[in-house]
Amino acid sequence: MTAAGPKIRFRDPQIEMAHGAGGKASRRLVEGLFAPLLFGSLSEPLVDAALVSINGSQVAITTDSFVVTPLRFPGGSIGELAVNGTVNDLAVSGAQAEKLVATYVLEAGLPTEILESEVRAMAQAAQNAGVSIVGGDTKVVEHGKADRMYITTTGIGRPIPGLNIRARNVCAGDKVLLSGPIGDHGITILLARGELDIEAKICSDTRSVLPFVQAIAAKAAGGVRWMRDPTRGGVATCLNELARDCDLCVTVFEERVPVHDAVRGACELLGLDPLHIANEGQFVAVIAPEYAHDALQAMHEIPGGDQSLIIGEIREKPAGTVLGSTGYGGTRVIDMLVGDPLPRIC
Amino acid sequence: MCLAIPAKVIELPKDNPSCALVEVVGVRRQIDTGLLQDSPPVVGDWVLVHVGFAMSKVSEEQALDQLRMLSMLGEEAAVFEEVQGYDSVASDTAQALPPRDNGFKAPI
Amino acid sequence: MKFVDEFRDAAVIKKAAEEIRRLADPQRHYRFMEVCGGHTHAIYRFGLKDLLPPNIELIHGPGCPVCVLPMGRIDDGLSMATDPNVIFTAFGDMMRVPGREGSPLEHRARGKDVRIVYSPSDALKLAQRNPDKHVMFFAIGFETTAPSTALTLLRARRLGLANFSVFCNHVTIIPAIRAILDSPDMRIDAFIGPGHVSTVIGCRPYEWIARNEHKPIAISGFEPLDILQSILMLLRQLRAGESKVENQYKRVVPWDGNLAALKALAEVFELRPYFEWRGMGFISQSALRIKPAYAAWDAEQRFRVPGIRVTDPKAAQCGEVLKGALKPVQCKLFGKECTPEHPIGALMVSSEGSCAAYYNYEHRKAPLASIENAVGVPA
Repeated sequence: MTAAGPKIRFRDPQIEMAHGAGGKASRRLVEGLFAPLLFGSLSEPLVDAALVSINGSQVAITTDSFVVTPLRFPGGSIGELAVNGTVNDLAVSGAQAEKLVATYVLEAGLPTEILESEVRAMAQAAQNAGVSIVGGDTKVVEHGKADRMYITTTGIGRPIPGLNIRARNVCAGDKVLLSGPIGDHGITILLARGELDIEAKICSDTRSVLPFVQAIAAKAAGGVRWMRDPTRGGVATCLNELARDCDLCVTVFEERVPVHDAVRGACELLGLDPLHIANEGQFVAVIAPEYAHDALQAMHEIPGGDQSLIIGEIREKPAGTVLGSTGYGGTRVIDMLVGDPLPRIC
Repeated sequence: MCLAIPAKVIELPKDNPSCALVEVVGVRRQIDTGLLQDSPPVVGDWVLVHVGFAMSKVSEEQALDQLRMLSMLGEEAAVFEEVQGYDSVASDTAQALPPRDNGFKAPI
Repeated sequence: MKFVDEFRDAAVIKKAAEEIRRLADPQRHYRFMEVCGGHTHAIYRFGLKDLLPPNIELIHGPGCPVCVLPMGRIDDGLSMATDPNVIFTAFGDMMRVPGREGSPLEHRARGKDVRIVYSPSDALKLAQRNPDKHVMFFAIGFETTAPSTALTLLRARRLGLANFSVFCNHVTIIPAIRAILDSPDMRIDAFIGPGHVSTVIGCRPYEWIARNEHKPIAISGFEPLDILQSILMLLRQLRAGESKVENQYKRVVPWDGNLAALKALAEVFELRPYFEWRGMGFISQSALRIKPAYAAWDAEQRFRVPGIRVTDPKAAQCGEVLKGALKPVQCKLFGKECTPEHPIGALMVSSEGSCAAYYNYEHRKAPLASIENAVGVPA
């Protein structure tokens, strides 16, 4: 008798950095190893938050870990990312975050002042986002075993009424909405590391996107097909996941994608594509065409939502692909990266 | 070998003659101007930057000239064809017809 | 962005595309080679192929300094980093190129001190800031990049910096073009010349292509309008039966090149008698090495370098794709064993290598069968 069990499709002999970068390698690890062993056979594509039923009530739950160097950067710090990141994962899954728990892995030698500053930042971010942090855990590891501080947050929340977010709902003709300019966070981190000697007035866009999701839900819930927050791997990765999960073509009108001048300048200098750069305060939504106007208007009425716009649409072919279309008739395939985007000279 | 972008010289540090601070849409970096030592850039010049070195100055005049020629594409094409046609007629016949010289120059 | 956005103007691009369609002789099939990897990248990124009529075919040339670097040289460079006091520095382009035991990034994940630099001068600064470490800079690139390395070496000598060295893998473009033109299965009508290399070497070094080989060449910039205008120049020349060197990129390329840069190159570098180009074999006088006067900063002198040759599997048809005899999709390994994630050959290794660019930007736009029909039967 052969041993029954899930088929592991992950064949890499060891874990590499690329497996954590949010791109193709990460996807292979999650779908090829974690999913078969933890979730059994998958009938639905993997999503950011799981919807579970407890005593008859629907509860959404998600978890995320935050590993960033430097800990503090223009526009935010690891503490804020840890709160906003989880709130946002729940929001784009159609849920309002209510409670968070946090775990800290601290490196021996970390100055208390830094820890306190991050915990304060988390408390403030939680208050801003309307969530409470109700518990946590701490571990301390030897010097050199953690990069100063790692934070993991797990959040639970209630589904927002009216929202039914599933890639399968997406149809040809649907519009792709983007909440605002892209690339700010990733470029901020890259420059903050100081190795490139580049100065620019860019700061992280970390914020809770819950108010925007709630606003769209209030005006256009029936038309919301799918949402995701383009964190590591950027908008390109996010839309590639969508294209693959709904088996349609996501067409992006490239000249419409908003990018701050300084982000654009840094990307041109370093040979990076803003579509591959991480964001921490944006989301992408697919909206049925008849609701698109209402959804946009709802966004524009909220502080911070004024720059949201339609950047693309869903088409039939080529299926499973993200196509960038220029203003003059050319197209290119916008692919997911394997690992993190790297500066280039060629 | 090819990623180079035009950036504007905004500062020339006095203590370092082969250095310049350049800017492109608000992004700034110190670059080395050693390759332009025969004709060092001044503040306001645009230079082509590759791996932190200025390779060449960017000529605004040439850029505008090029753009002007490009924007004339299509409009002058028909006229150009006509002028070319006169030359071939002239070479076919013993009697050369003077080409219509309207001071026109080919777009490219 | 000034001097960039104007050359991406959609309305003018459309006009240029129309003019190309008007000028291209429908009875003729044109094969233009763009030599430089940066042009390959731009062509795909801006979707320029979609603007060209079907009888203009763009062949991607060997101007990708990452792609043509033999794997053995990467192993040689990484062997220097086994010493924990050595900091291995290189451009981002090199970081994912696989050696036999992994890429530089993978070596970093295993504990080696590997760092990305944007400029060789940043590597020099790193050496100044870390006097107890040795900083080795893995230098790659054509003539565009070599002068920056040269100036950095000159500076290292002026400073008397003892803890800095360069592993020189600079290559030169003319021998590569010559190798392409010398190969029997080559069928190229004209060249789109490397604009940034030419800011250093000028336009004269290409004159033999026009005069002896009778192929037009337009030295091109990298924005969509630059490339389209270069194509127009080539079409006009071919129509008029001409073959000459034209400088499309006049706003930055001086006809005589950059004398200061050429002087710096001559001061610090000399030509290697021969060098191996991945996918193309050994080409004589095609690469630079550091002169004996600068041996103190030559990593090949300071470190014992294994110098092992690593050959690509025979099934990888990189050479034929490089010469334009095959399209990436016609190589048996393309998209199957050989992908950007698991590159087997030279052209998949860097994102601007023809195969990688094609894979990332193009091959899902249409079913493979129809692409093969469009390109016709291989030579």
